Amino acid sequence: MTEVVATNETILVVGGGISGLTAAIEAAETGKQVVLVEKRPYLGGRVTQLYKYFPKLCFPTCGLEINQRRARQNPNITVLTLAEVTDISGDKGNYKATVRISPRYVNDNCTACGDCAKAVEAEFDDEYNYGLSRRKGAYLPYRMAQPSRYVLDPRIIGTPDADKAKAACKVDAIDLDMQPQDLSFPCGAVIWATGWQPYDAARIQPYGYDRFPNVITSVEFERMADPNGPYAGRIVRPSDGREAKKVAFIQCAGSRDRNHLLHCSRICCMASLKQATYVSDAYKDAADVTVYYIDLRAIDRFEDFYNKVRAIPQVKYVKSKPASIVADKDGNPVVHGVDTEGYNRYAERFDLVVLAIGMEPAVPKDGFPVPIVVNREGFIEAAPENGGIFAAGGASDALDVNRAVQHATGAALRAIQVVNSVRGMEV
Amino acid sequence: MAAEKKLAGYICTGCGIGERLNVEQMRTIATREGKLGACKTHPMLCGAEGVQMIRDDIAAGEATHVMIGACSRRSKMEAFSFPDAAMSRANLREGVLWLRPDTEEQKETTQEMADDYIRMACAEVRFMTVPSASGEQELNKTLLVVGGGVTGMTAALEAARAGYPVHLVAEENHLGGVWTDLYKRVPFRAAAADVVGSKDIDLPQPEDPGVDALAERIRANERITVHLNARITRTSGAPGRFSADISTESGGTVTENVGAIVQASDFKPYDASNLPEFAYGKSPDVVTNFELERLAKDANGGPIRRPSDGKEVTSVAFIQCAGQRSDKPGHLPYCSGFCCTESIKQAMYFREQNGADATVLFDDLRTPGAAGEDFYRSGQQAQVTFSKGKASEVVSENGTLKVHFKDLILNEDTAMDCDLVVLATGQVPNTGPDPYAQLAVEEAETEEEKDAARRKLENAPPSILNLDYRQGTDLPQLKHGFVDSHFICFPYETRRTGIYAAGPCRRPMDMKQAMEDAVGAALKAIQSAENAGRGAAVHPRVGDLSYPQFRKEGCTQCKRCTVECPFGAINEDEQRYPLFNESRCRRCGTCMGACPVRVISFENYSIDTVGQQIKNVDMPDEFSEKPRILALACENDAYPALDMAAQAAQMGDGIELTPFARVIPVRCLGSVSLSWITDALNTGYDGIVLMGCRRDDDYQCHFVRGSAMAAERLSKVGDTLQQMQLETERVAVYEVAITDIQRAPQLINDMAATIEKVGMNPFKM
Repeated sequence: MTEVVATNETILVVGGGISGLTAAIEAAETGKQVVLVEKRPYLGGRVTQLYKYFPKLCFPTCGLEINQRRARQNPNITVLTLAEVTDISGDKGNYKATVRISPRYVNDNCTACGDCAKAVEAEFDDEYNYGLSRRKGAYLPYRMAQPSRYVLDPRIIGTPDADKAKAACKVDAIDLDMQPQDLSFPCGAVIWATGWQPYDAARIQPYGYDRFPNVITSVEFERMADPNGPYAGRIVRPSDGREAKKVAFIQCAGSRDRNHLLHCSRICCMASLKQATYVSDAYKDAADVTVYYIDLRAIDRFEDFYNKVRAIPQVKYVKSKPASIVADKDGNPVVHGVDTEGYNRYAERFDLVVLAIGMEPAVPKDGFPVPIVVNREGFIEAAPENGGIFAAGGASDALDVNRAVQHATGAALRAIQVVNSVRGMEV
Repeated sequence: MAAEKKLAGYICTGCGIGERLNVEQMRTIATREGKLGACKTHPMLCGAEGVQMIRDDIAAGEATHVMIGACSRRSKMEAFSFPDAAMSRANLREGVLWLRPDTEEQKETTQEMADDYIRMACAEVRFMTVPSASGEQELNKTLLVVGGGVTGMTAALEAARAGYPVHLVAEENHLGGVWTDLYKRVPFRAAAADVVGSKDIDLPQPEDPGVDALAERIRANERITVHLNARITRTSGAPGRFSADISTESGGTVTENVGAIVQASDFKPYDASNLPEFAYGKSPDVVTNFELERLAKDANGGPIRRPSDGKEVTSVAFIQCAGQRSDKPGHLPYCSGFCCTESIKQAMYFREQNGADATVLFDDLRTPGAAGEDFYRSGQQAQVTFSKGKASEVVSENGTLKVHFKDLILNEDTAMDCDLVVLATGQVPNTGPDPYAQLAVEEAETEEEKDAARRKLENAPPSILNLDYRQGTDLPQLKHGFVDSHFICFPYETRRTGIYAAGPCRRPMDMKQAMEDAVGAALKAIQSAENAGRGAAVHPRVGDLSYPQFRKEGCTQCKRCTVECPFGAINEDEQRYPLFNESRCRRCGTCMGACPVRVISFENYSIDTVGQQIKNVDMPDEFSEKPRILALACENDAYPALDMAAQAAQMGDGIELTPFARVIPVRCLGSVSLSWITDALNTGYDGIVLMGCRRDDDYQCHFVRGSAMAAERLSKVGDTLQQMQLETERVAVYEVAITDIQRAPQLINDMAATIEKVGMNPFKM
């Protein structure tokens, strides 16, 4: 059974992505007690699924390695994975949180040796790869997953596979009798860092995401480009595995759109510029990339990166929000629309279309277990009515990683202000 | 510290170690060659029972130094955590078993690899000491915030609200800084209410700037001491014991002791006299976005009048990106990030107060996020005209202004008349001189170079902090004069420990972001002061109590350490010996790597903890056909890549590592001492592979310059090899990323192939 030792000087951080992880670490390194609750079986959230970061084109796992080490070494942090906050009651400085922990069926004896995965036969869509590949019913979500413990998919419990996994484990790490557990503990302040999720691309009907295999989202493309991902880093067409050299990026797919998300998702322009480099790196002169955009929002210093990508002759820019995508008889997506610079109609055939998909809050507006001020898009606003509950990162707005981390660091201070006042701290 | 060293080894036999390796032989090696007092084995060392066994031995005084032969140091970190003991870990599982095929013919070389890792871990731990703070650390919870603008005020107020006293220093005679003249600010929030019948019903409107209210709260806060008309004329010390001279215009100076510093020096408005094409300076009716705020403030809700003749403005044009996003001389190459929403706000003044036509000429309208996009809608709802166009010239004719521009939608050159033109100009960082430009003057070897270096500083701005650091007076700059460091994962990974930049001196930003940034920087300053009080390092080696120790008698005053430290932690004393400031130190070991006479060390990381590992490898003779390859791998990127290669191999993807490799993780390639390289070559290593991280403008080294410094030093290894009459291919330096799971082992295997080609090292000992 998991136990949590907490007081009303404890800070609860909800969400273990880059924002929650940052908030937890920064508060803990300032000497505060933190309980970090994460829904997935591992920490790191969506940045773990990115191949590279803009604008440095460096690898998210590099910074993650440091953050994981900081979190693991810090005795002030208690991490609960596969856990969700179901209730928060009380007031600023004196909350009671209830958390439901789902069974992992693997205890901390696990050495991540992989014997259970080898023994199990059942396979499921791999959510880490947005379903672009399959994984076993006993799995390590990805290589750097922390905690570095395997997970048993609940769908194999009660099947012979579960017994095979248990039999294969030499260190008695598999506990098929694990039950969901509800935990309640006090805390003084709450940092809400539940982040974002990609907008459902199938709802953008004219783009045919659900009809054409060669229309994919930017988050899927990120997995595709990763050499350690489901396509071993080859930029290809999902329909037939052929090289995808002629690639369209459609900006504001779901964003800045009255039919979908009203807001600008901020990151998509930069993400598409970054992803354009994946194509040009892979195919050099043979690459042929078009970015369809309304405004290219390479804000502040990111302009340098825009200039860098603009210098790649294989990448063109068309100011247009495409009207529709159809597939020709060979399954090639054809993008239709009007170029607003000069009002020319176009119908351009591509190997692959990548939708720069919008970010929406991961928690729906009515999904919070506590009253909280959100705007019409469901992002949490900084408001005195929120008491000792503070948003961090993507739960507060569509943010890039840098701004999410910046915001989360500030959220740590706001939570510390509350718990210090509980303590009556006089300096 | 316990006076008597008790060396104890623990070898795990789980995860296949017991099945594939001769554990008894490793135990013997650990006690005989490794000189451990005892070496126990356990079938599952990381389990509760195994860990308890080690804990009991430590508690009983049976083990002060612990050698663990099990998995990678990155695995089971939580289980193998013994703060009271020195610890080394022999990586038998990932480092040996998983990267080696389980075949009969490979058994011998695989076992030799494991044996060597035991020898190395024993040697390492013998030379380690449990770090303890020096006792010189001080706890000072007072912060210094430099800059009286919105950024600085927010940092001060938020730190004070957490209980920390603050000295707030403003250059002006009032609080507010560059934000003082704001009439209204761009709203911080998005619309709250849902769309009703496809109509936005509560779009955010320009709001009170809040600057006066903020200043009032500062004045009312008893934890905050405000110093007006003041500059910092000297800063010395280190986190926990900074001392700052605050000098006022009237000539008085007070010295305050503070624990940490926030630099919130904001920005300077761009000098629009660089924009003659837009008639700035020729017509008083061409104003910048900053000047327009003053006009709006004077109008105080009534119609805004144009400066030339006081006429109410009936039409106004906003030229976006004026002097920005441009590579012309005198222009800013970057986007200032705040001017699009700023112009929308100002255009709305004219719609509301004058009923005037307001046109925004833009290339890309950049209003990100929910609040940004809603404010754009707000401008549209107020019937501001947004026109995608690029202005080329403004001409003043008979009291009207004509703006010539290219309409990018219609693709034609056109012009519009208006009463007033507002240039959306950018933010120029208000920062001090580049410290590395200052250092370059001193470091220049010839008079010519010195002159060139001096010229670079000719138009340098005055210092903000006046640090008395060996490495210059101010925070290092990243690009375009902004003071920053790493800007993705760690926006507050400062290069001057204990000093955190916030707001537009760090990167261009709007008020909302500057205020958020100030809160983050305040937290980091508080954290730095608290950790300095414990003698503990901050990011990335958080909590490390070791610090550089220095044997003065051996020092030749060569200054390499004081020049190369990426964090400017080392000053020089009057006799030009290095003066370490431990709480400025981030424990990367670059100074240790830089020192040619090996007098710098850390208790838990030293010339010996690595050098003895190198020496203790069993060296087969020249005719054995068993070369030895030393791989020094950055512990943050290359070493994890090798671990993950092992994971991949274990799950069957065919990666192998040559059994001749001996891999040692290093804190940073910058910490690598050339003596390790020459010693290795002298004792018979056939090849050496050094793996650090990327070091160009997009550097990934979290010790900032460590990898670059190492590359520079190692470029001279070729001379050593030539002197020894060895082939230069025997030493290879690579940039390796954490994702190089295939490549990292391949680079080492390539060295094995190179050795096959060039032959064994004749200097076998």
